[in-house]
Parts: sequence; C-alpha cells; structure tokens
Amino acid sequence: MGMTITEKILSKSAKRLKVIPGENVWLNVDVLMTHDVCGPPTIDIWKREFGKDAKIWDKNKLVIFPDHYIFTSNPHANRNVELLRQFASEYQLPNYYDVGTDRYKGVCHIALAEEGYNVPGTVLFGTDSHTCTSGAFGMFSTGVGNTDAAFILGTGKIWEKVPESMKFTFDGVMPPYLTAKDLILQILGDISTDGATYCAMEFDGEAIHSLSVYERMTLTNMAIETGAINGIISVDDLTREFLSSKCRQDYEVFYSDPDAKYLNKYNYDVSKLEPLVAKPHSPDNKDTVRNVQGTKLTRCYIGSCTGGKITDFEFAAGILCGKTVKAPTFIVPGSTLVAKQLEERKLNGISLKDIFLNAGCNLAQPSCAACLGGPSDTFGRAVDGDTVISTTNRNFPGRMGSKKSGVYLASALTVAASAINGVITDPREFIL
Amino acid sequence: MENIISGIAYVLGDNIDTDQIIPAEHLVYSTSDKEELKNYGRFALSGVPVEQAGLPEGGKNFITSDDYKSQYSIIIGGSNFGCGSSREHAPLALSVAGIKAVVAESYARIFYRNSIDGGFLIPFESPMKLNCAINTGDVVEINVEENTIKDLTTGFRYSLNSLGSVYEIAQAGGLFEYARKSGMLEK
Repeated sequence: MGMTITEKILSKSAKRLKVIPGENVWLNVDVLMTHDVCGPPTIDIWKREFGKDAKIWDKNKLVIFPDHYIFTSNPHANRNVELLRQFASEYQLPNYYDVGTDRYKGVCHIALAEEGYNVPGTVLFGTDSHTCTSGAFGMFSTGVGNTDAAFILGTGKIWEKVPESMKFTFDGVMPPYLTAKDLILQILGDISTDGATYCAMEFDGEAIHSLSVYERMTLTNMAIETGAINGIISVDDLTREFLSSKCRQDYEVFYSDPDAKYLNKYNYDVSKLEPLVAKPHSPDNKDTVRNVQGTKLTRCYIGSCTGGKITDFEFAAGILCGKTVKAPTFIVPGSTLVAKQLEERKLNGISLKDIFLNAGCNLAQPSCAACLGGPSDTFGRAVDGDTVISTTNRNFPGRMGSKKSGVYLASALTVAASAINGVITDPREFIL
Repeated sequence: MENIISGIAYVLGDNIDTDQIIPAEHLVYSTSDKEELKNYGRFALSGVPVEQAGLPEGGKNFITSDDYKSQYSIIIGGSNFGCGSSREHAPLALSVAGIKAVVAESYARIFYRNSIDGGFLIPFESPMKLNCAINTGDVVEINVEENTIKDLTTGFRYSLNSLGSVYEIAQAGGLFEYARKSGMLEK
C-alpha cells in the first residue's frame, strides 16, 4: 500500500520508514510560529516548565509575528506585544518582526509565505488554527495550543496522531467569476464543519494547479473549518517559481502514491460551480449568491489571512474600478508587502489603492483587524445588528465583534460586487 | 485524575466554537497573573447565544453576577465541541470557572489536545449525544475506570468512550508531567 503526501512528510519528520493513520508519533518540528495572542502564554508555560535553565531548542526555527491586536489602545493587548519584544530582545531572536519598525509584516500566515518560511516537505507548527495555510506549499502545517507550543519551544518535538487523508479533486477550467473561496465554501457545505475532523485534506486536479499560490492558500487556510488537521497541495511549477526568490534552502518534494489510501474522495467540475456564500452563523451554511441576492448589508470587509492577499485585492479592484460603494467597506491588507503592492500595482493606469479610495472604501494598516472582533477599538469591527459580507474565514456568533450581527462569508469578487449595490450581489453582474 | 468526577451539569448544543467559549476580545489577559486569570473564568462561555445557554430551556447564565467561578462543574455538549481557533484560553477559561470535565459526542482536534496536554479538564466522548438526555442542573457522576456517566437526578446511566491513547497524558495531568514520567524530559 502506498502513502499519501501527508504520511510521507510525517514519516520523514518522525524519522520512520512508514507511519500508519491512527498511530501517535513524535515529530521533529522544522518551524514554530507564534504571535501576540498566544506567544506570551506560551512563553509563560515554557518558563514555568523548563525553569531557570529554559533553552530555546533552535532560535533560527522560531518565528514571531505580532499581528492580532496591533493598532489598539487596549493596555493589555499592548503589554502582550511588549512582552514579545522583551523576549525577542533577551534571547536575541533573529526572526521577530516587530510592529512599529520596518520589519513589521502583518498577518502571520501570509508573512510566513512571503518571508520564505514555507518549505516543501517540512513540518511547521503554529499557535494559530489557520497555520494549516502553509500546506499550500506541499508541507505539513497545523495549529496547536500554548502548552504544545511551549513543549516544542523547549524540545523541538511534539506528538501527533497520524491523520487519515481525504482527497478533493477539482477538474475543469476556472471561470472568471469563481475563486478558491467558492471552492472551499462548496466543500464546507458538502461535508460540514466536522466533516474532516482530524483528517488531512489533500487538494488536487487541474483547476487547483491552475490557481496562483496565493489562491491555493485560501483552500488550505480554511481546511481547519472542516475540522481537518492540515490541508495540503503538492508542489508544481507555480510553487517552484514562487519559492525561487524566497526560499533560503533546498527542499524535498513529496507526492502521494497512486495506490495511497484515502478515507474519502470527492470530485468536482469547476465549470459547474457558482459563486457561494456561507450564511450566518456557520462556515458550512452554504447557499448560492443567487439565492441570497438582495440581502441588505451594513458593512463589507476584505481582509484577513483568508481574504487579504494581493490576489483578493486584485479580484476586488477589477470589480470596484470606476465604481463607488453603497455600503461602508473596509479594506485591510494582509501584510505590509500587500499594502505596498496595492500602491504599485495598477489597473487601467490607477493603483489598486486609489481604486479603493476612489470607490469610497476605508483602508487600514495590515493586521488581523476585525476578522476575529478584537478589542473594542478594532478597525472594521461589527457593531450591534450589523449585516456583514466578508472575505474572512469564520462567521460564528459574535466572531466579528457583535453577538447581534450576522456575517456572510464570500469571495473578494462577491464582496466587491455587493459593496457597489449595498446588497448581496452575484459578481457575474459585473463580469462579462 | 480522580476516578470519580461529579458535579452539576451545564448543557450546550452542537458546534460550540472557541469564540463562544471565550470571545477573542478577552484573549488579552495574563494567564500567569492570578488576579488577571480570574477574567477568563468571568467571561467563560459569555459568547454563547442566550437562548442556547443551559439547555434545554436556555437563558441560564454559566457565571452569575461578577463571579469567576461557576456553580456548574461538568459540561455536556453535542458534536464538534471546541471548533474554531487554537486558543488554549478556551479550556483554560472553563477550568478557571471550575469545569472539571466535558462530555461531548465529538471534539475539534485542537480543543481536545489543549484540554489534555494542558491538563485543564478531561474531554470525554460519548457514543451518543447526551445533550438531549441530560438537563442543565442535573447532578452527574463520571466514573473514569468504568467509562460511564450517571445522571443522579434521573437515575439513568450512559456509557462513554475510553480515553484510549491519551489516557496516560490525562492521568499524568498534562503533556509536561507525562514527558517527565516517561523519561522524555528530566524531572
């Protein structure tokens, strides 16, 4: 029996010839990532457990991005960033990206890709559930809590149960009105928020490999919304091209064997799919945009690790160019690089940033911002009974800041089209 | 881990996500400062919609007034308990509020790991949904060795799944204690 790509990477990490789904193995971790919300408690546990002699297993493998609660007057949140700053200074950490300096990057999952920490064939753990995003680079990546992260910080090791794999194949040519977000919302509607619990989600097919690397990251990013441990896409020429300017090391590429065993296989023809939303209050509450067209909106939001990449803003700018928004629209670039690209990249001779400003959108500095609500002064945070359409990943009750609000999840194309009309709108209205 | 875990049950629905367990705006408090830590208990389950708080009737506050300890010590959930973010603050908040165990049909992976590895509470799986069988306010008793939960208010007894491969970590009290006991880490 052959192995899946996930099983092969875990075998390598566990220094084993073979691993079997269901067994617990100890993995050797290549990169540990943390941020301002979970970094300070992770450091607390590490100090408590390892005592005065606590040592970081490998400083070069620890990456810290403050990104969650950055532009706020909340004193506790600011203290947490200060704690990271002191820790980085005390231990002379090479990979700390401090806010308020030109090293600041923004949302960790996007920054990991941009800064070359995503390396095919390796194992990356992070104190954030969306760490699975990095799987778009043919690597194993997943989220853990503070105790597990503290254990990794001191030992470089962690136990993991080898997951069974589920395969999602998308064939056909992507129509211009469809994005990776629509594909993952389709899967969520089909298998639900616990349909892949503790499984590896493997994405494949000609439609997947035609997507840009940033679009692939939308799929692997939302693997966690199905309960999956990781999402993964094997390396191809587009991945290699992306990595050529960023990756600092040689890497090993793995592919699933033709006779690898899968728990389930799902097949889709993208030409038959259409723009989707997840209605309040669950990411699997799928409907077509057509069916909810006309729903009045009080807020539109484009940002986050899921929907704040340069590709998302290119989609949105294509629709918003020369138009104005009817509903308040909030734009949050995922990273400082994305913010820079919004100024540099042009459409019809106008920068993406100016397209958004001319359309009447509000722009903020890169951070996680209102994707998860955050402190009360967070940019774009939902208030009272807001009806929001958003490119983010979760619409649980209260997720964007108000328990009374309702959030629709959608692609950047659908959010931009809806912003123009002030009601939920199928992007096909603006795409010929 | 005690063999008998007993207390008053607080019953919740399916898909209780970590934003409901501890809303993200509260993730700013220190987890090592004893006074600040109490905030995690104070705001535990504060994101649960009122009508689903304490089933079957709903509208039952998990924490009353400004306290940080709950009168409830065992949560009965449905499927996919603890889905969403990786915040270890979720089982921590429940633990600070006095929760010793959760019984649910299924769990999201990270919440389950965090509960066990952090030694905050024991997440038991039940073969069937018990959130329709047990009511908020019932007194329940979990027998770890027998893998059962008994509703002392109604007299019914239900089976639980064995903790399986994580039993030893739960028994040790968390990942670090387990690693010291098994010789992976120095004592």
